[in-house]
Amino acid sequence: MQHGSSSSSKFMGTICGFLRKCLFKALSAGPIPSHIAFIMDGNRRYAKRRNLAEGDGHRAGFSSLMTILGYCYDLGIQHTTVYAFSIDNFKRRPDEVQCLMDLMVEKIEELLKTGSVLDQYGIRIYFIGNLKLLNENVQIAAEKAMKATASNNKAVLLICVAYTSRDEIVHAIERSCEQKLDEANAFAGNEEIKVMTGQLDELEVPTSPSNCGVKRVKGMEMKNGNFKHVEQGSHQEKSDDIEKKHKYPFIKLVDIEKNMYMAVAPDPDIVIRSSGETRLSNFLLWQTAYCPLYTPDALWPDMGLWHLVWAVLSFQRSYSYLQKKKKQL
Amino acid sequence: MGSTNKLRGPNCWTAQVGSFSLQLIWHFIHFIISTCFFVLGLAGAIDSYLISSGLLKKYNDLNLGKLRYLAIVVDSDEARQTSKVIKLLQWLSDIGVKHVCLYDEEGVLKKSKDAILEKLSHIRLFEETDEILPLDQKNLNLELASPSDGKEAVAKAANLLFTKHLELRNTTEDHWENIFTEAQMTEALRALGCSGPEPDLLLVYGPARCHLGFPPWRLRYTEIVHMGSLKSMKYGLLMKAIYKFTLVRQNYGK
Repeated sequence: MQHGSSSSSKFMGTICGFLRKCLFKALSAGPIPSHIAFIMDGNRRYAKRRNLAEGDGHRAGFSSLMTILGYCYDLGIQHTTVYAFSIDNFKRRPDEVQCLMDLMVEKIEELLKTGSVLDQYGIRIYFIGNLKLLNENVQIAAEKAMKATASNNKAVLLICVAYTSRDEIVHAIERSCEQKLDEANAFAGNEEIKVMTGQLDELEVPTSPSNCGVKRVKGMEMKNGNFKHVEQGSHQEKSDDIEKKHKYPFIKLVDIEKNMYMAVAPDPDIVIRSSGETRLSNFLLWQTAYCPLYTPDALWPDMGLWHLVWAVLSFQRSYSYLQKKKKQL
Repeated sequence: MGSTNKLRGPNCWTAQVGSFSLQLIWHFIHFIISTCFFVLGLAGAIDSYLISSGLLKKYNDLNLGKLRYLAIVVDSDEARQTSKVIKLLQWLSDIGVKHVCLYDEEGVLKKSKDAILEKLSHIRLFEETDEILPLDQKNLNLELASPSDGKEAVAKAANLLFTKHLELRNTTEDHWENIFTEAQMTEALRALGCSGPEPDLLLVYGPARCHLGFPPWRLRYTEIVHMGSLKSMKYGLLMKAIYKFTLVRQNYGK
C-alpha cells in the first residue's frame, strides 16, 4: 500500500513537473525578467498561526526560498536577490537574532556541500550588506560561500544581510571619497592640499539629460563643521575651475552607483514582498525607480509557483511602458 | 548531406509551429488577464461610487492623524494634464490632507507650479527651509519634487561630505567615521534644500506601481499604493487608499 502511494505521488510529481515546464515555456514567449528581488516577510506570523516555535517559521521560510529559487532558475531568471536580514532587525530580541544567525550559518554550510542546488544550477552567491556588523562566524561562513561559488557563472543569488538602502548609499559615498582621494594623490604626489577656506561658491553639477539644464546649489558655508544656508552668491565658477581650486575631483552619480553593494547585478525588474505589506522597508530604494512592486497577501512560507507566475505576468504587462521609461533616462 | 537536410526541414517546421503555438498561448493568457483587470476596474468604479456617495460608513470619518505626509508620484506624460493634477489636489484638500509632495520623473510638475498655485485657493508652497511641518490648519502645504531632489541631490550631498572631510582632515584625527553617517547625509541634504519629510504614504498615478525615482533617501518605510492612471482617477478610490493606510501597523524591523 505504502509503496503504491509513494509511486503514485512520484507520478503526480512528474506530471506536475512536466506541466510546470510547459507553463514556463509559454511564459517565455514574452519578456522574462532578468532580476527578481524578494522581501521574505511573514515567517514569524506563519509560526504563530501554526503554533510553531519562531525558529521553525524561519526554517519553513528557508524551504520556501529554495523552492522559489528553483522555479526562478528554471524560468531563466538569472539574478535573484533576497532580503534576509535588515540592519533594523538587530533591534529584535537578542535570542531571536542569534537564532537567525545560527540558521544562516547552518544553511550556508548545507548549501556548500557538493551536489547541492548551487552546483546543480551553477549559482554564484554574493552576500550584500555591511557584513562587519555580523558575528565573526557568520562573516567567515559568508566569505567561504562567496569564495566557493566564485567560479559559478550560470546564475547569481544575492543575499542581503545587515543591509539597508541608506547604509548602502552612505557606504558607496564613503568608497567614492576614498577613491577620489587616491586618484588625486596619485596625480599630485604627496603634496599637501590647501585646506578649504569654507566658502563654497555655486557648484555647477552636471545633471542627467532629462533634467532641464544645470542645477545650481545655493551657496553653502561651513561654520564649525556645520552646514548653513547663505544667500545666493553672486560669484559663479565653472565646475572644472572649482576642481582645480580644490584639487580634488567631484564625486559624480556614476561614482556612487558603481560603489553600491548591488553594483554586481543589474537593477531588479520586479520586487516581490510577501504577506501583503506595501512598503520597501529600506530595501533597494536606489535601484527600484523603474521596478514594479508586487505584494501578494501570502506569508513567505506559503509563497508558491502561482505567486511567481502572476508576478512575471504583471511584469510582462508593464514591460513596454517601463522599457520606454528606461530609454528616456 | 541531402538526408540531413531533409531531416532538418521537418524539424525546423515543427520548431516554427511550436514557437507559433507558444506565442498564441501567451497572447491568450494575457488576453484573459486583461479581461480580469477590466472586470476589476469596473468593480473598482462601483466601489468608488459607493464610497464617494457616503453609503459605506467606514470611509466617512477618516482618521488622518497617522497621515502626516502624503506623497504622490505622477507619470510625467500624465502630469502634463495640469487640470487633473489640480483636481487631485482639490480632492486631497477636501479630504483634509495637510501636507502633500508631488513628484514626476521629468520635472513637469515643477514647471507647472504657477498654473497649479493659481487655480487653487488655500494652498501654500512648502518652503525648503521649513524645519518641521508647519501646523497650518487652513492651507494645504505643497512640495514639488523632481529627480534633482533625488539621486542628483545625493551626489551633491556626497560632495558636501567630501568637502567636510577635506576641511577637517588637518584638524582632528579619526573623524572619517563621524562624517560618513546617515545623520550627516540627512543634514547635508537638508542644507542643499533637498530634504523634505519622509512620506507615510505614496500614491502612484501611472501605468505601473513604481516610484519612478522619488528621492530614495526618503522612502524607507513609505507605503506604496498603485492608483492606476491619472486620467481615470476616482475620489472614492483615493479615500479607500487613505483609509487602508490608516489600518496599517508597522514594526520597523523589530
